[in-house]
Amino acid sequence: MSEELIGAAYIVSAILFIFGLKLLGSPATAVRGNQLSALGMLVAVVVTLGSHEIIDYRWIGVAAVLGAIVGVVSAQRVAMTGMPEMVALFNGSGGLASLLVGWAALDMSGGTGEGDPQSAFTVVTVLLSILIGGVTFSGSIVAWGKLSETIPSGAIRFPGQQIVSLAMLVATIGCGVAMVAQPEVWTGTLIYVVIALSVLLGVMAVIPIGGADMPVVISLLNSYSGLAACAAGLAINNTILIVAGALVGAAGIILTNIMCKAMNRSLSNVLFSGFTAAKAAT
Amino acid sequence: METVFLGFVLMLSIFLGFELISKVPATLHTPLMSGANAISGITVVGAITLAGGELAGWATALAALAVFFATVNVVGGYMVTDRMLAMFKKKDEPEARS
Repeated sequence: MSEELIGAAYIVSAILFIFGLKLLGSPATAVRGNQLSALGMLVAVVVTLGSHEIIDYRWIGVAAVLGAIVGVVSAQRVAMTGMPEMVALFNGSGGLASLLVGWAALDMSGGTGEGDPQSAFTVVTVLLSILIGGVTFSGSIVAWGKLSETIPSGAIRFPGQQIVSLAMLVATIGCGVAMVAQPEVWTGTLIYVVIALSVLLGVMAVIPIGGADMPVVISLLNSYSGLAACAAGLAINNTILIVAGALVGAAGIILTNIMCKAMNRSLSNVLFSGFTAAKAAT
Repeated sequence: METVFLGFVLMLSIFLGFELISKVPATLHTPLMSGANAISGITVVGAITLAGGELAGWATALAALAVFFATVNVVGGYMVTDRMLAMFKKKDEPEARS
């Protein structure tokens, strides 16, 4: 399939995603909205499989079949009351996928692929997809743990928590700067540091928030997973990833805000609730 | 030039995403979140292009893992949303969950 045809199909699937999201917002049309968006996904996947860039289907086939089985079984088994937990797990899965895509994309520039060898743009977008994807992954797992009471659902705090988080974020940015400045020297080693820090940051971000606020947190992490997909799209130069990821990222932020308002709270109030409670207690 | 073009696409998509979601009834919050989450599984497309391309062995393995996790996200996400909406339709009353 030619580049132009794939591009045109991506436009169709973007339109389906847009209408799907729109229709999901009102009760009468929500079912159809979900179907339209699923159709959009199908179109995007099928034309991508037809791309001439793909020369080997074995890995894709095995991974997709296993993934579909896991998805179907878990979606059917989960009880209605367990839905938010399930969404958290799926969301974490998506975040992890974006992290892995970003990581694998590092080879595109360094290996046999065309384009600038490890251009700053590629390195930055790869780092963003790893950072946001990692935070989404571990944050969603913690949110799942809190909702299912696998881990204590209360806010978990320790002295200097915010400073530790901030230090980790600064360290991540520092690694990023080193990798952009001298990709040949640093990328190979620091990439593991960035991955570890990203995953830890997700844990640090969610543990200080109480279990009752988890639906809002999951909605925010859902927005992040969209942004992670968007960053991965920028890294590998794929427009449908950018468009769909940005749509979800923006729509997720708005939905998070709506959910906060429904609880009569502000977003920062939810995100830092653990800390203000700690201050009030001392 | 390519970067500028991608930047425009990104910016317009973000604005569109902001505009798409307006008044949503509380009962639809969870299904909408779940539906949007399924869309974020679009990263499967990126994973497929990398897993089927001519990258080094380790990168192909990472991309194949990404295909697995993204497929779980997409398939599970759409099915779970559908189940939630089906229940919502039959009972025709607000969910008990806030």
